[in-house]
Amino acid sequence: MERLSLNDSPAGGQQQQQRNRQFPQQNDLGPSAPGQPGQQQQTSGPPQLPPQMFTTAAQLLDLTDKKLVLVLRDGRKLIGVLRSWDQFANLVLQETIERIYAGNLYADVPRGIFLVRGENVLLLGEVDLDREDDVPSSVTKASFEEVFELKKKEDSQRKSGDKKRHTHLSALGFEPEHSGEILF
Amino acid sequence: MLFFSFFKTLTNQTVTIELKNDIRIRGILKSVDQYLNIKLDEVEVLDLDKYPHLSSVKNMFIRGSVVRYVMLPRSEVDVGLLEDATRREAANQAGKAR
Repeated sequence: MERLSLNDSPAGGQQQQQRNRQFPQQNDLGPSAPGQPGQQQQTSGPPQLPPQMFTTAAQLLDLTDKKLVLVLRDGRKLIGVLRSWDQFANLVLQETIERIYAGNLYADVPRGIFLVRGENVLLLGEVDLDREDDVPSSVTKASFEEVFELKKKEDSQRKSGDKKRHTHLSALGFEPEHSGEILF
Repeated sequence: MLFFSFFKTLTNQTVTIELKNDIRIRGILKSVDQYLNIKLDEVEVLDLDKYPHLSSVKNMFIRGSVVRYVMLPRSEVDVGLLEDATRREAANQAGKAR
């Protein structure tokens, strides 16, 4: 923003101020909007990257309309196109498939549109479209039923293992790690 | 806000992030925000065999709330400066509380 004071002539100054009041968030979107050169306030000290680069919005803006892998806190892996989001990383994914992994098998389940609450997001990875089909040799594609059965078995095994460990830990007076928070 | 500023000074450095579910990811720190959400470029997942779903991922947005550790290049951290800054921040906070 230009350094303006109340004593400036109303001609350009006030219009500018009014415009900023009407669209206060305009400057927060993306790298400096065109047609507003030299508005950024220069502070003394070492040169700094523009602050609007360091917002959730700027980070997610780059990923919008891209094919992403979304990993949720419950261990689900969703693959879809990011269409919308907000500052809490609440997300909307389109044409989503869920990829289930179990043992060295995986299966895809078509799901459709997802609206994910931000707190459940672990990470979002942009899929390299050149490499998306090179599935690592350690896993092979299988039918959904087969993978689902195996996964159910794995889950119950892990659950009973976790329970055992938790009882041992709490007997020793330890609060189990991330209790009350599901994380895989 | 101190660690937000601190991470901002580390942009374009290679860092390793360990998540609360034990995944470790190395990549170039591209951006960080007020929640300490982190954007990594040229990611490389250590122990990729265990996490095959991340094999074709090139860059990543990690939610700040699931990060356990961020491992930083030793040469890029001025520990003395950081110590001073944390003390100053603590003093400020104490001043505000009074």
